[in-house]
Amino acid sequence: MSLARVPPATRCRITAIRGQHRVAYRLMEMGLVEGAQVEVVRRSPLGDPLQVRLGDYELALRASDAELIDVADI
Amino acid sequence: MDLATPLPHDRTDSLAACDSPAPAAVVALVGNPNTGKTALFNALTGFHRHVANYPGVTVEVARGRIRGAARPIELLDLPGTYSLAAQSPDEAIVCQTLCGRASGTAPAAIIATLDASNPARNLYLVSQLLELELPLIIALNMVDIARRRGLEVDAARLAARLGVPVVPVVAVEPATVAPLVRALEQVLAAPSRPTRRAALPPALEEATRTLTAMVGDLRPGEAVRLLVDRDGWLRRALGPRDGLDAALAVARQRLGRECFDAATAEVRARYAWVDGVLDGVVRRMPPTGETWTARIDRVVTHPVGGGVTLLGVLYAVFYAIYWGAAPLVSALERLFGWAGAGVAAVVPSGPLQSLLVDGVIAGVGGVVGFLPQILILFLALALLEDCGYMARAAFMVDRLMRPVGLSGRAFIPLLSAFACAVPAILGTRAIADRRERFITILIAPFMSCSARLPVYVLLIGAFVPPTAYLGGWLRLDALVMIAMYLVGVVVAIPVALLLRYSAFRGPPAGFLLEMPSYKRPRLRAVAPRVLHAGRSFLVRAGTIILLVNVIVWALGYFPRSERVRAAVEAERAAQGWDDATYEAALAGAYLRDSYLGRLGRGLEPVLAPLHWDWRIGIGVIASFPAREVIVATLGTICNLGPEDDAESASLRTRLAELKWDGTDRPLFTLPVALSLMVFFALCAQCASTLVVIGRETGSWSWPVISFVGMTLIAYAGAWAVGAAARAVGW
Repeated sequence: MSLARVPPATRCRITAIRGQHRVAYRLMEMGLVEGAQVEVVRRSPLGDPLQVRLGDYELALRASDAELIDVADI
Repeated sequence: MDLATPLPHDRTDSLAACDSPAPAAVVALVGNPNTGKTALFNALTGFHRHVANYPGVTVEVARGRIRGAARPIELLDLPGTYSLAAQSPDEAIVCQTLCGRASGTAPAAIIATLDASNPARNLYLVSQLLELELPLIIALNMVDIARRRGLEVDAARLAARLGVPVVPVVAVEPATVAPLVRALEQVLAAPSRPTRRAALPPALEEATRTLTAMVGDLRPGEAVRLLVDRDGWLRRALGPRDGLDAALAVARQRLGRECFDAATAEVRARYAWVDGVLDGVVRRMPPTGETWTARIDRVVTHPVGGGVTLLGVLYAVFYAIYWGAAPLVSALERLFGWAGAGVAAVVPSGPLQSLLVDGVIAGVGGVVGFLPQILILFLALALLEDCGYMARAAFMVDRLMRPVGLSGRAFIPLLSAFACAVPAILGTRAIADRRERFITILIAPFMSCSARLPVYVLLIGAFVPPTAYLGGWLRLDALVMIAMYLVGVVVAIPVALLLRYSAFRGPPAGFLLEMPSYKRPRLRAVAPRVLHAGRSFLVRAGTIILLVNVIVWALGYFPRSERVRAAVEAERAAQGWDDATYEAALAGAYLRDSYLGRLGRGLEPVLAPLHWDWRIGIGVIASFPAREVIVATLGTICNLGPEDDAESASLRTRLAELKWDGTDRPLFTLPVALSLMVFFALCAQCASTLVVIGRETGSWSWPVISFVGMTLIAYAGAWAVGAAARAVGW
């Protein structure tokens, strides 16, 4: 399941990051690596982007980028 | 000793004093964005900062002397970055400076700011810094906030794990900074290279060693940065090198699919190392309930609450700019009025007096008159950014900006363009995507900046009746004002689309933004930035505007021929004018005959479709350096003195009385006023903006395209609005 489909207020664990080199690289550098625990806090009122929480900080990322991130339940 | 030969520097020093100071050590301050780095810089250097431009690089890096240090230490405030793998010009300067490629030598030491509330991600950057083998100190900042959140970082244990000093600080309380300065002095006195570092994947380590051996003069840590440097920022900084590109290509090929696997393995390795370092170092108290950040976010990002908050914030900012700045602006205008009168009293009448009063003082006054508004806008934006709200605003509007090829990131520069496009364009350096950055730069001038305000105020005040609708709630003049602001935004959209699908075709820009926790913005952190931005604005705009203003003044002053004077004298004798009327008429006649006037009259065929005459033409030409000049020019055209301003009732009535040459038809009708306002809303009459566009885009064709394009659009818009207004019968 991809991070983009995860409902809000759900915690999950990242299993893989797919996709284009540059985008995926920056996602990983920001902490979205395999094994990291992530929680979708909310979606923007317009549906996109997503606000996710990684441990001690929060990121906003687009749904199209979140599609690249595969997650599993904890 | 031959006294004619200049002494070399060190001889002079040794002759001067025995304890002459050693040359200043250069220390770089780095860290993630939102870690209070700039507050720390201000705490360490006081308000004494100056900006240095590295040769060949346009990014400004603030430098300052560290206060209270036993020896001179220059601190460089490098832009915030998450990683040394640069993706934007801002981030590139960090990597280039630390590798010693920006100025020729690497810094003597690095201070890395860590957010104590968020140690894991911050340590990712530290893992890269350790590889540079430069003396490193960690400033563990915002420990007070972390403590309040129940997070405690064991600084001593972290220092032991990293092998470098870790000093807890609270940057907004400068007293806590002294231990950091002591630690820095110790490190500089006895520099030691960090020895602990992350273990990178073996293939990458091997490739790094090979590359370093092959190229020869790479600094420690540079090889891995070059191998992973996808956008080529570091490669470009190294300049032309024989064989380097070939060596890089070979190494990358060996590392697998276009270096991506190596890059991701590198990231994973670093985070694994971070986990190891932090194990047992961070103590967490169980969360006691919802944090304030979460509570505020629930309101601020709510579909309804968020929209209301955003509009409310925007309204508050604009209200503060336009009405809050008013007393300061009037005070400044009065000051310049006195200065002008003072000079006029001292300097005899003639070209010099006119140059000083009309050219220099009026020109400088025009720029300085906007300083209060610009400072207030900078302050408002800095406060919004510091408290963390800006990220939420970008989060909310990102979806809206996407169809135009932009992202939420562009929202902030475009917002600040409503004060002044120059700092807004400089603010686009944080945008990583080149296409997005360029489009933002090119549409920023469409946002109605504060220089257009006097034009709106004057023309609306003179020609738009204050009829009220809905029982006094909606005033027509207020509506027209809002409409003028919207004109710029509305036109910017198709222009952005055009740019997006022609010159800047490509995949859409990404959007990945940290949403920092809300924190109470501290004036101490914000004020230096605002003052510095204001000073830069003054210097930059002041020099260009002053120069062009003097040129425009000269064109409007010369030639002052006797023939014209004689004609006006004759008219005076015939009409029996008093002195004031004579002086005014003489000024008007000189203007008509000046080079500027001739230029305006030459343009009349072009202006005819807009129903403008040569006098409006002069105003438009004269306002090339800065839009607000047109108010003063219109005053001169109406034969009034330059002391009259946009609010002046006499200027408004005079404008309304202007007639077409030799007829009884009024020049300024409502359609003409509207078309002139729309022209100014859309035109590119700002020399400073064009220069900054040229510098930031790295090419002078862009300012030319911008100027020509915007002038054509402004002309078309002015024509359309004028024609529509006439058709409706206004």
